Amino acid sequence: MNNPTKATLAALALAALTGPALAQQGLDEPFQKPFKEALAGKTVAYVPVAMNFDLTEGWYAGLKKELEPYGVKFVIRDANWNTNAGAQAVTSLITEKPAVMVVHNPDVQTYAKLLQRAENEGIYVIQINMGSAYRSSAFVGANWVEIGERQTEGVVKACEGKSNKIAIIQGALSAAASAYTLKGVENVLAKHPEIKVVSSQAADWDAAKAKAITQTVLKQNPDLCGIVGFWDGMDIGTAAAVKEAGLTGKVFLATSGGGERKGACELVKSGAFDLNMSYDVPTQAAQMAGTIKWLLSSGAKPGSIKGSEYTTLIPITKENADSPTACWNLSDLKK
Amino acid sequence: MKRFRFNQQEIVFAVFALLFLVFSIFLNGFLTAENMLTLLQNVAVLGILGLAMAIVVIGRGIDISLIAALAVPPGLVLQMVQNGHSLPFSLLIAVLITIAFGLINGWLIAYAEVPSLFATLATGLLLAGLGQAALFQLDVVQWSQGMNGFERLGQGTILGIPTSIVMFAVACIVVAFLLRQTRWGAYIYAIGDNPYAARVTGIPSRPIIVLQYVIAALIGCFAGLVMAASVNSMPTRVFNSTLIYDVILVVVLGGIGLSGGRGGVLNVIIGTLLIGTMLNGMTIMDISYAGQNLIKGVVLLLAVITDSFLNPRNEETAQQGDI
Repeated sequence: MNNPTKATLAALALAALTGPALAQQGLDEPFQKPFKEALAGKTVAYVPVAMNFDLTEGWYAGLKKELEPYGVKFVIRDANWNTNAGAQAVTSLITEKPAVMVVHNPDVQTYAKLLQRAENEGIYVIQINMGSAYRSSAFVGANWVEIGERQTEGVVKACEGKSNKIAIIQGALSAAASAYTLKGVENVLAKHPEIKVVSSQAADWDAAKAKAITQTVLKQNPDLCGIVGFWDGMDIGTAAAVKEAGLTGKVFLATSGGGERKGACELVKSGAFDLNMSYDVPTQAAQMAGTIKWLLSSGAKPGSIKGSEYTTLIPITKENADSPTACWNLSDLKK
Repeated sequence: MKRFRFNQQEIVFAVFALLFLVFSIFLNGFLTAENMLTLLQNVAVLGILGLAMAIVVIGRGIDISLIAALAVPPGLVLQMVQNGHSLPFSLLIAVLITIAFGLINGWLIAYAEVPSLFATLATGLLLAGLGQAALFQLDVVQWSQGMNGFERLGQGTILGIPTSIVMFAVACIVVAFLLRQTRWGAYIYAIGDNPYAARVTGIPSRPIIVLQYVIAALIGCFAGLVMAASVNSMPTRVFNSTLIYDVILVVVLGGIGLSGGRGGVLNVIIGTLLIGTMLNGMTIMDISYAGQNLIKGVVLLLAVITDSFLNPRNEETAQQGDI
């Protein structure tokens, strides 16, 4: 036995002897106090593209639940679908200097310069679900390309031995999420030349438009075997058109969303959707909160470290739609 | 010698007929009974809203708040049922709110004499904001168990015809009856043609104006219920969309002049058919979104330009405030 090992053993023996004695007095964990101090009284600003829908309400509730007990102040700037209002909110926040900004981008460009300025001014910027051209301290959100790929794989599989005709219902053309998802769809279709896309149209995230497009497409192609939809809130309309045509179960409908129970699991159970790729909002919220805690306690200079946390997707199908964990309830998250 | 002249209604009908003919010949699968029904079904809600707008525009007003009436009261029905209230009770509350909303609009315009454009712009924002802030938990109000059966208002068929088309037809008949067969309808035309003359001749113009907005709001609410039933949810965010411009387009394109007193249900039907044919044809051709907007814009522009060439403005009858 060499010397260092002996020394270690001796130290262990000593620790074993003195340990119980120390435990009776209590041992101070040296890092929890600075952690609490780093969080207390800090302001976190939240800039979603709009409130009042499952994703942004879910993130908000989740962040609040995690951070408020530590004395973190929460301010919210609702852009209400208005890109200008959002840019103004970010600009005024830069002068108000919160510790952290949690930003949900409406597109790739609008906020990019502003977010860079914010980090230069010493504000941590966390971008959620829809990133910008500027890479900030953290990105937490779904990988849209992967969502497009996995949805399309589902549709392609369901089409085996059938007509191989599919339709694509895109979101709004200006939205990065829609364009990235489309890229994922293209990636898979490139490997499957047998698949024929009979229609690829944008429905502007609007259920009524999605329904109108789907109705027309189904009348022209009653042998359609699958549809790739880009958001479950819009694809309620797509599903309604499939149902009205009496093709539920015959046309495979893949969509994606935040996994809220009424919007996802219940619609999969009813047969409206066959596959819903969920980016599980409560988990995303927890990851955002974790990142905020880590950044604030690290003392790192904003903008000096940059990383990404892509969400692990949950494919919701008939098999797991009944399980209590596949989906979440907004009302529970708000409690 | 009588000069040969077209009016806007005939021009739009000609454009519609031409477009229809071209699509029928060159587009496989356009001229089938099924596709015709889909075409109509897709624009039924727009058509119903067009009727509401027509009533107000004929009376020389405009109702920008129509989309709020479409989104909020029907959204409230879905939300209340979701929260455990019964469907009839929720419907009653929604109808009462709609009537109250129409009364506020009408009062502002007829008695406070606020121009209709500004009054309805403000009240629409107010109602939509109220919905977002106080009534709905989420933008998209989902269908719930308690609503089962009600979706028949917008889905399925009656005697082989999709229900939403039947609803549009019913609304057309009701509005046509109101405008052409009742004294109130005649008053609306009189007020639209010349409000001062109408008042002098003893027409109760203020109450009639209030009535216009109440009816418009009720039709808007009805359109919303059909829409919610048809997509199994109420996307209340539709208030932020450009739907209101489409509605005005249907009305004006169909030939109901914004200066009031002219046009009727037939104009709304023609305007709706033109928009429906264009949308349907372009979807079948799988034209990109940007391309669709371009084509829509060009066709509409052509119709309006042709009209202003063939029917130049009459300096004697043109009025301040005509749009």
